[in-house]
Formats: sequence, structure tokens, C-alpha cells
Amino acid sequence: MKFIIERYDPDQDQKPYFKEYDIQLEPSDRMLLDALIRIKSIDDTLALRRSCREGICGSDAMNINGKNGLACITKIVDLKEPVKLRPLPGLPIIRDLIVDMTQFFKQYHSIKPFVINNDPPPEKERLQSPEERLELDGLYECILCACCSTSCPSFWWNPDKFVGPAGLLAAYRFIADSRDQAVNERLDNLEDPYRLFRCHTIMNCVDVCPKGLNPSLAIGKIKEMMVRRGV
Amino acid sequence: MPTKKIPVGAHYGWQDWLAQRVTAIIMVLFSIVIIGFFMIKGGANYGDWKELFRSQLFRILALLFFLSVYYHAWIGIKDVLMDYIKPAGLRISLQVLVLLLLLACSIWSVTIIWGT
Repeated sequence: MKFIIERYDPDQDQKPYFKEYDIQLEPSDRMLLDALIRIKSIDDTLALRRSCREGICGSDAMNINGKNGLACITKIVDLKEPVKLRPLPGLPIIRDLIVDMTQFFKQYHSIKPFVINNDPPPEKERLQSPEERLELDGLYECILCACCSTSCPSFWWNPDKFVGPAGLLAAYRFIADSRDQAVNERLDNLEDPYRLFRCHTIMNCVDVCPKGLNPSLAIGKIKEMMVRRGV
Repeated sequence: MPTKKIPVGAHYGWQDWLAQRVTAIIMVLFSIVIIGFFMIKGGANYGDWKELFRSQLFRILALLFFLSVYYHAWIGIKDVLMDYIKPAGLRISLQVLVLLLLLACSIWSVTIIWGT
């Protein structure tokens, strides 16, 4: 099977280039990550991140035939040959398929991704009703693989100012949490033409999310809350 | 020049976002009215247009439509400039230029609608 992989080693290369691989796959190679590990067994200079190999850790996010996704849950049979692999777009390349996610996590941390509750903690736990818990479905499952944010043009142009779909999904996850008491501070923090309103709802994020989540919907709900608060 | 730190938190945004939606609805409604009018008439010639704009109410509605178009365009173009133009000085210059252009368009629309 043919693969074209973007290679870049800043110590040796002036700029990224594409390298072709034609490899014989084994019947046990079912996911793209299997194929990549086989390529790595032939060419051990290829650098990539991977860990859990089952779509939970979010390490092996990359651009697969032009669309961001996780190598470990992308079936080889679904891929068109030659398979073109590139690092996630818009972030600085450290080496080959590995990108520097600093900017991505900086934005994630900026929304304070933890429950803020100033009441003294109860003896056992802060309870939620089943309905309150239901509100978090579709929000808490994010694995921070950065497929969505790095497919978003607004994040490409303004990664230092725009929170990005992953960060905003997480922001709404805490805004919607019945145990969180900082909804106003959270909305204040996001009420900004750059932090939130760079989202023009083109929904690339929804298109690529390997977990099937909908950041656009969550962002829409944040905007709606701001309007309700302001009119 | 102030420090190179990048501050965010201008505390506006939803007003523009809401206005863009409201103006879009006004544009859709007016378009439906216009298209409906000429569908009933079965075509549009100079006389029909003249007839339509004889009514003062219709002129006001038409002006509301054009102002919606310009305001909608202002928010949209401002957004595009904020997306792509990094130097703040160039950005504000272009924004002022667009704003003046749209203001001129607004005045021009008034003269056209209430002209003979």
C-alpha cells in the first residue's frame, strides 16, 4: 500500500518534504496506526505520537488525506491510495507528524477547565440530578486531540486570541455544569470579538471530530447565553 | 508602542452577532415581499417599480432594507478584516474606509429612493 508522508527534521531539513512509502501490510493491520507502526519498523526515523491506540488518548491526531483524524481509529480499508499524511495544520512542527501543541493547551487552560464552587465540599460528593448530568453529554467526552481546533481557519489565523472549538466546547462543559458557580465570570471571560466571536460557524470542527462531538452547537449555546444575559 | 503582550477581553461581540442575524431576517422578509409583489404582478416593468415606490411606507421599508444590507455588510467586512489583517493600524484604516463607503452608500440610497 502506498503512503506519502510529510517529513521534517528541523536539525537537518530546510523545510518539510514528502516521502513515499510502498509497504506490504499484514492481515492484522487494520487501522492506519498499524500501518504507521509497520512503516516505522522499516524506517525508524519517522516520528509520530501514539499511546492508547484506541481513540481515547488523542495522541495520534494527524491530517489524513486532507482531513484531520486519529490514526488509531481510521480504518485502512476506508482510505484512498496513496494515503497522504501530514501533521495537524496550523501548529508549529516539532518533527515529522509531531506538532507543538503549546498554543492549543494555552487556550484550553485559559477557560479554567475545572469546576469552580466556593461552597464547603460536602462529606461525600457534589450531587447532580440525572437531568443535570444529562446536560454534560456531548461535552465531557472531548479527548483534546486538537483535530477540531487545527481544522478551524479562525484558529489558524488567530491562535493566540481565539480560544478555538476544543477550548470553547470545554468552556461550555463547565458553564453547563450544575455544580459550577462561575457562569458569569466564564461568560465575561469569553465575551470578546476574538476569544469567542472569531467563530463564524463554518463547522469544520464538527466535520472532523473523531468522537462525534459538536463544538459549533456548544459555541452557539454560549452566544445565546450572552444574548439572553445582555438584552 | 505599548508592551507586546496580547490582551483579549474587549467585552463586546454579541451585539454585532445579534445585529447580523436581525438584519439578515429583515433582508429575507423584504426580499420575499418584493419577489411576491412581482410574482403576483407577473413581471416587472418601469411602471410597476414607479407604482411601488409611490407609497411613502414602501420607501421607508426599502430604506430599512438598504440600511440592513449596509449594517450587515459592515459587521461582515469588519470580521473579515479582524480575521486576516494583523497590524492594528492598517486594520483600523481599512475599517474606517469601509465605514465611510457604507455611510456614503446609505446617503446615496436615500437620494435614490426619494429622488424623482
